Amino acid sequence: MANLVSIAKTVGSNRIVPTISIPYPLGDPNTPKEEQWKLRKHRVEVALDALAQNIEEATIFEVKI
Amino acid sequence: MKKAIHYINQFFGQIGGEDKADFEPEIREGAVGPGLLLNNLLSPEAEVSHTIICGDNFMGSNKEEAITRILNYLADKEFDVFIAGPAFMAGRYGVACGEICKAVKGRFNVPVITSMYVENPGVEMFRKEIYIFPGGNGAVTMRIDVPKMATFAKKILSGETISSAENEGYLPRSIRLEAFKEDAVSGADRAVNMLLKKINGEEFKTEMPMPVIDRVPIATPVKDLSQATIALVNSGGIVPLGNPDRIQSASATKWGKYNITDLDRLQAGEWETIHAGFDPSAANSDPNCIVPLDALKSFENEGKIGRVHEYVYSTVGTGTTQAEASRMGAEIAQQLREANVSAVILTST
Repeated sequence: MANLVSIAKTVGSNRIVPTISIPYPLGDPNTPKEEQWKLRKHRVEVALDALAQNIEEATIFEVKI
Repeated sequence: MKKAIHYINQFFGQIGGEDKADFEPEIREGAVGPGLLLNNLLSPEAEVSHTIICGDNFMGSNKEEAITRILNYLADKEFDVFIAGPAFMAGRYGVACGEICKAVKGRFNVPVITSMYVENPGVEMFRKEIYIFPGGNGAVTMRIDVPKMATFAKKILSGETISSAENEGYLPRSIRLEAFKEDAVSGADRAVNMLLKKINGEEFKTEMPMPVIDRVPIATPVKDLSQATIALVNSGGIVPLGNPDRIQSASATKWGKYNITDLDRLQAGEWETIHAGFDPSAANSDPNCIVPLDALKSFENEGKIGRVHEYVYSTVGTGTTQAEASRMGAEIAQQLREANVSAVILTST
């Protein structure tokens, strides 16, 4: 899970889930706690599903929140 | 006099350190910071007419907007060359230099030049599209790296023919340049000479180096998440308060493993980040924003995954060389395999 997805891809990561920033990848402190939780839970779920998915090449998975 | 425009980040622009990494792009007249040295070296043929300063995180997180704004600043300026950095081993800065050089070249069709350490991720991403000079891995080599860019810029500005990467010193762009060998030995002779050297076990230099591709094989998918053990690894420097293993805050050579068996989340005040490459305030007030233990635990409770692995693994990924990172990664992976971990979520910062 990375903010700079292009770097993640360059260094050879195969399953990439975008995060929202460098200092706070999974929860913007300027937003309410519930919003941070929803975002974090969603993106971790995308990561888990990515781990269970068969891929043929390096893939950046789509996030909704 | 010819004009150069120089791009630097918030640190070299003397705005501030990591706490100012969100600094929005700005254009100033004249040279700033390392631009003063650049300006002296370009003189009298050219001068640094303007400097663009942009925070590394702003460029990293709002790339399109940062580039659009900077291109708008440049639209009414007359300039003959665009120079960025040097970025040394700073990954975000190197990528930012590459991004902006590529965009400026595409829009204004002026020569663009930057400099960074060969292991900077910006090299692999941009070396085929722009001139990148190999630089040192820290700002101590400023007085070596800036002159390389300045000398080359002057050569371009004077209209001299630019020759191969090897002759000029920039990193190879994987472009084959057709040229006559000065010693006028035919290709057939050179090939046979190389073959003879090879047979005799002597060193020879190929004229057609093959790229080294370091791909990571794709791991097979987890068959059944509900039976899987998932581990958390991070390069964001999340450690128990006080950093018991004394992991370095930059250029790390150590990693740590910390038991999280009985925890549902990482509490502020009990865990902290020791990463020196970004503002730690957000992660210190909620370490789960880097190590999402709370979210992963909730998936364990819901039965989506079998269990969360009992240890979290941490190191710091800033200024860390690829060699050290590869070694630490292999060591951590070995432990995870021995513990029968099914898969890993690695958060990077």
